[in-house]
Amino acid sequence: MSFEPKILGILCNWCSYTGADLAGTARMKYPANMRSVRVMCTGRVDPGFILNALRSGADGVLICGCHPGDCHYIEGNYKCMRRIPLTKKLLADMGIDPRRLRLEWVSASEGARFQSVVTEFTEEIRALGPLELRELNFDAEHPAGTAQKISAAAS
Amino acid sequence: MISVEIDGKEIQVEEDTTILNAAKALDIRIPTLCYNELIEPYAVCRICTVEVIRGKRTRLVTACNYPLRESVKVRTNSERVMRLRRMNLELLMARAPAARIIQEMAAEIGLETTRFPIENPKESCILCGLCVQMCQDVVGAYAIGFADRGSKREVSTPYERTPETCILCGACAQVCPTGHIRMTDAEERIIHSKLSLGPNAAITIPFRQAVPNVPRIHAEHCIHFKTGECMLCSKVCPKNCIHYDDKDEIEEFEIGAVIVATGFNDFDPTPMKQFGYGRYPNILTGVEFEQMNNAGSPTSGKIVMENGEEPRSVAILHCIGSRDENYHKYCSRVCCMYALKFAHLVKEKSNAEVYQLYIDMRAFGKGYEEFYQRILDEGVNVIRGKGSEIVPNRSGAGDGALLVRCEDTLIGKFREIPVDMVVLCTALEARGDATDLARKLNISAGADGWFIESHPKLGPVSTTTEGIYLAGVCQGPKDIPDAVAQGGAAAAQTMKMLALGELLMDAAYAEIAEEFCSGCRICNGLCPYNAISFDETKKISAVNSAMCKACGTCVAACPTGAIAARHFTDEQIYAQIEGILV
Repeated sequence: MSFEPKILGILCNWCSYTGADLAGTARMKYPANMRSVRVMCTGRVDPGFILNALRSGADGVLICGCHPGDCHYIEGNYKCMRRIPLTKKLLADMGIDPRRLRLEWVSASEGARFQSVVTEFTEEIRALGPLELRELNFDAEHPAGTAQKISAAAS
Repeated sequence: MISVEIDGKEIQVEEDTTILNAAKALDIRIPTLCYNELIEPYAVCRICTVEVIRGKRTRLVTACNYPLRESVKVRTNSERVMRLRRMNLELLMARAPAARIIQEMAAEIGLETTRFPIENPKESCILCGLCVQMCQDVVGAYAIGFADRGSKREVSTPYERTPETCILCGACAQVCPTGHIRMTDAEERIIHSKLSLGPNAAITIPFRQAVPNVPRIHAEHCIHFKTGECMLCSKVCPKNCIHYDDKDEIEEFEIGAVIVATGFNDFDPTPMKQFGYGRYPNILTGVEFEQMNNAGSPTSGKIVMENGEEPRSVAILHCIGSRDENYHKYCSRVCCMYALKFAHLVKEKSNAEVYQLYIDMRAFGKGYEEFYQRILDEGVNVIRGKGSEIVPNRSGAGDGALLVRCEDTLIGKFREIPVDMVVLCTALEARGDATDLARKLNISAGADGWFIESHPKLGPVSTTTEGIYLAGVCQGPKDIPDAVAQGGAAAAQTMKMLALGELLMDAAYAEIAEEFCSGCRICNGLCPYNAISFDETKKISAVNSAMCKACGTCVAACPTGAIAARHFTDEQIYAQIEGILV
């Protein structure tokens, strides 16, 4: 059976969630791999959400917000824009390919863009393959134990 | 009061009233040339000469400045008066043969030619000095005066150069009785006050049916604000309503709701060089054409070119600045229909041929498609293809001084259409200060500058800030019925809120758990709504739940996890993530 990635989508309430709705009402098809969580604004996205999702079995995380300048909360998306590169660095340090995290701008009227972003990201994650953390049984509660498992697996 | 008799009619007037004013009260017409009621009479043209009888003495005097005394009799059309008037006119005809008003006055008394030699057939100045008096006594600019003397006397600027003190007010041209002084632009073209668009006095009522319906002074054009003189308007105002020291004032009101109805700007097509707006004559924007068509316009609603003639053909170009990658990508929505209305107006008021150049005809509303069909039936030439360029018609072929170039996409051919007049249907544009206003009101404006409503379908009137509503084009291009509907909805929303007496808030907002807040103040600067304040005594931050819009930016940033977003708490989102990834 071919690999079907699991992707977490974090969508902002005003632009991207509405854009996703539009894609739905316009009957645009996109891969079912993405499961979405609604937040009021991409500014709400705590890097913890991303790490938690990757630990809980996601192979990639897609964050969608309003285009710069269009934020419903004036500048929440700029805050997210600053947090994501730092989170990517953190992922790289943890040995996770930073390409598994992506930030995209999708406005409420861009159903077609939402479709293409999700499709493209799913294909990219599919190409990257499953996130190996799962096999290592990464345990956030006991990071020390995980490190042992990793070294055990490596030997 | 004294009693006088003019042409056999008795009248009671104040002592020292001029004969001219007394005659006016009796509806007796005395011809005048150099008289202007706003300027001290100079009595130089002698046209108003009348016969005054006091006892046995009779005298010939000028009516404009002769003060009446008790029991004076005046004759305005005795043989002696008429003989003198005839002589005066003959002399004036020789002096200023080009002055049309003198020709007309002469014709009125049956005079066709003058016995006296004509020195300069192009002369039209009668040296009445009204312009000089206007410039010196009223305007206070001292830019023109009399030069030389005797038969060489003339009105001139100092050393016949452009005077530095001239403020280009045009008052001299305004008072000149013979039309000798004219305002011209740098290329010696006459600026025809009657053909320029819009009322151009420095004191005007902005438009008909303006509220309040009072005139206002445009300080940048008013003579008084340039030289400190003039004040003619206050002299003629019978109720002393004119105050030159009135200033804009800032007043503060306590209000419960705001309806934003700031409207739009008309796109300025000057930067689009290909359309020649401002460079070639008779290229108007839609608003200018609309102004010209107004019955109260300087042309009285007639469609005329700058030279006063009716155009033989008119082109109406759609989508100037809208649906254009280089300017505005959006459709301005109203242009198609007003362009069709313009076509109808041209057809109704003139015999001109009309060309509509459109990209797509968007007749979207009730009755609109039917109107489009009616325009087609009226014989308007409708060409599918955006006008690409307007150039002068140098060859002179066809009915027009301008050439409109376009590609007719229905026949797939490049076309050049000769027209006399072009109307550019310019885009509706967000006001330049929309972003500033959005920031002040804590609402948002999109990339194009239109204010963003709280929901495109379910909240088209409200904004993200409670109590602030949108009406009209400031929210996005729309026509009058839509703007009226939105305005009505905004008013109803406001009334609902005010009648309720209290504000209904969304249940989602951020809360700070006091015991966990470390007082680091990271969240203070992040809040776009200034809803987080710092309590200096407790050394912790607190959220004003009425101002919080629940974006959650502070929640994600809080290093101690003290802030919780109600309905979007960390626990809830983690649970969702873990739940859907199973």
